[in-house]
Amino acid sequence: MAESDNIVVETAEKIFADLADPQTINNDKKGSWQAPLWQALSEAGLPLSWVPDDLGGSGASLADGFALLNAAGRFAVAVPLAETMLAGWLLAQARIASPEGEMTVVPASPKDRITVDADGALSGRCRGVPFAKAAKHFAVLAHGKDGVSIALVDASKGRIESGLNVGYDHSDTVTLDKAQPVAVKAAPDGVDQTTLMLMGGVARSLQIAGALESMLDISVRYSNERIAFEKKISKFQAVQHNLARLAGESAAALAAATSAADAIANAKKFDDEVYLEAAAAKIRCAEAAEKGGGIAHQVHGAIGFTIEHILHRYSLRALAWRDDFGSESYWAVELGKLVAVRGADQLWPLVASR
Amino acid sequence: MTAALRFDPIRLPEKCEQLRKEVRAFLAEEMARGTFNPFKPNREDTDVPEFCRRVGERGWIGMTWPKKYGGQERSFLERYVVTEEMRVANAPTRRFFVADRQSGPVLLKYAPEHIKMDILPRICRGEICFAIGMSEPNSGSDLFAAKTRATKTDGGYLINGTKIWTSSAHIADYMIAIFRTSPPTKENRRHGLTQFLVKMKQPGIKVNPIGQITGQYEFNEVVFTDFFVPDDHVLGEVDGAWKQATSELAYERSGPERFLETYYVLTELVRAVGANPDTRSAEGIGRLVAQLHTMRRMSVSVAGMLQAGKEPVVEASIVKDIGTVWEQQLPHRVRDLAAFVEETASNRETLERQLDFAIKTAPKLTIQGGTTEVLRGIIARGLGLR
Ligand SMILES: Cc1cc2nc3c(=O)[nH]c(=O)nc-3n(C[C@H](O)[C@H](O)[C@H](O)COP(=O)(O)OP(=O)(O)OC[C@H]3O[C@@H](n4cnc5c(N)ncnc54)[C@H](O)[C@@H]3O)c2cc1C
Repeated sequence: MAESDNIVVETAEKIFADLADPQTINNDKKGSWQAPLWQALSEAGLPLSWVPDDLGGSGASLADGFALLNAAGRFAVAVPLAETMLAGWLLAQARIASPEGEMTVVPASPKDRITVDADGALSGRCRGVPFAKAAKHFAVLAHGKDGVSIALVDASKGRIESGLNVGYDHSDTVTLDKAQPVAVKAAPDGVDQTTLMLMGGVARSLQIAGALESMLDISVRYSNERIAFEKKISKFQAVQHNLARLAGESAAALAAATSAADAIANAKKFDDEVYLEAAAAKIRCAEAAEKGGGIAHQVHGAIGFTIEHILHRYSLRALAWRDDFGSESYWAVELGKLVAVRGADQLWPLVASR
Repeated sequence: MTAALRFDPIRLPEKCEQLRKEVRAFLAEEMARGTFNPFKPNREDTDVPEFCRRVGERGWIGMTWPKKYGGQERSFLERYVVTEEMRVANAPTRRFFVADRQSGPVLLKYAPEHIKMDILPRICRGEICFAIGMSEPNSGSDLFAAKTRATKTDGGYLINGTKIWTSSAHIADYMIAIFRTSPPTKENRRHGLTQFLVKMKQPGIKVNPIGQITGQYEFNEVVFTDFFVPDDHVLGEVDGAWKQATSELAYERSGPERFLETYYVLTELVRAVGANPDTRSAEGIGRLVAQLHTMRRMSVSVAGMLQAGKEPVVEASIVKDIGTVWEQQLPHRVRDLAAFVEETASNRETLERQLDFAIKTAPKLTIQGGTTEVLRGIIARGLGLR
């Protein structure tokens, strides 16, 4: 793993600072910020970070890509960066080259299922697919007689019912009805729907953690500016303690998410330990989004509840990201089952495994 | 960005895993020989001197300290692993743990050489027990309100006053205490406290046990009457203990003992629920495991910062805050989840017994080692709010 190339993150942060300033975006009701941002990200090769050079990508490490997603969370960016990265990663698993432009992954929920028939045609219906409407291609994980396949599909081959998640981002239903893919190949051993959901879950965890970092940041700043009862509200002990709890939630989310990212980046395969890391990150980050977001709004008072204020860009997205690639209740049930099957005496060895 | 609260994903090095195996094997041996029963956590008196000596023989007390004082010069991460395994097994570590965690490091930093040479090796051998004398009847959270006086006399100080809530004072050989050597100043109400090494079991000290709601005796009141402490037992700067006492707390706050005190109920729940949990139990267990895992990652990360020579005061406070709130809620969450465990389930009885004890333990967890409110104040300061 190359060490120092957080040049990826630096590049991304510079682009976000220039073209994804939350206040500017919030003021721009027409969405005209999107194209320049996406173009800049694409020119820097960021959406295809996880695609090797020989498959059309920029070949960054998994670790750098995860760090990039955390930065994207800090700016609450609402372009399909995470989705395109995941799609590129998935395609690369089967050595399928990534095309240019926005992509997303299908399915985005552990319960939805796409099937592939003997001719390679794909069918199935998947809900809550992020940015399906904006995507030019889908990276699809499908089940067939011979196991799991990975396919690249032209988005026009699917039917899309558009929807919005609680963060006002596209979250669409995608129906494939015997859709012919651009390419389809068998997935390598160890890559299946669970793997995809864990990868997606960790991506979302890093985004949630980033959003919480920013919520903490703007909440602390606001409390040091807002005057009530002739004092800055930051001087009230109750407010301080609320912010201390927000700091705790933000720190917990970041710790869980970066630990899971590190686990995946260094893992040879998705074993139980990686499963624990990734599932726990999604669960804990989702809980932090709920608790932390609540506190950030509390500190901001009514102003934070207005559409003019940027707080909702973070708080609502963090809440929405809980739902993608398995909600915290889904993963909690699965993790609980895993723990139960391994048995009581194996719980601590699992937790203490690294 | 306001506060860069980064908890880097430290991984324990390979040699820690080797050590972990050794500790597990040792603890299994001790259970087999009947030294302690992990299913009766801290129930009866947990002071088992022979156990402590055997831990000392293994080199697991004072393991990060210099070899010339009996230490092993091992890393904080190795110490971390030993603490975890002892805690999870409910091993009777009471006699040496305070010295290992806090008192030893204070002596290393502030005691004169001959005292270090005398005491530290004995700590490492598991022979002596330390108590911490900070709280007083009118001074708990507000440490700087402490009144117990140390009056200068020939060759030392005379101590008069009362310490309270002093864990293990009844078995302790030494106490590290703060006493008032001069009044606070107008500019600095923290001024005037000095840290002392006190040899217990001497005339002039009376230790009165105080029972706890768990049915245990751990607390004591310690009354000093014209008790003499020699000059060379002053630790650090006269009147300047506040700086020393606050940095000591970073060690006290972030270790695995700060979220594992009621851990055993989770294991027993998993055992009672069995291999095929219903959805509700599975979800409950999954969430608790995710929370535990996250806290442990944070705690390991702070151990890594200590290893790197940093002073992660805010990070340690966050781990203590989240950790103790969690370990306090844990027995109640487990009770909730255990409501539908089959009457005939294996280990149901153990689970109930454990729960009973954990529920009685829970109220103290957010108080010992600094209350939640005080910690949140420290975090708030770290955020630049005060
Ligand atoms: C199991 C256990 C073991 C202990 N062992 C030791 C020991 O070995 N040695 C030792 O010296 N002490 C020990 N203590 C004492 C412990 O450090 C104190 O109990 C603790 O510091 C709180 O002090 P207090 O009990 O006087 O409560 P108080 O300080 O009276 O606090 C009462 C309540 O008021 C709140 N409060 C106080 N001040 C503020 C403030 N400024 N802002 C907001 N809220 C505030 C507190 O958070 C708390 O909720 C132990 C305590 C326990 C429970």
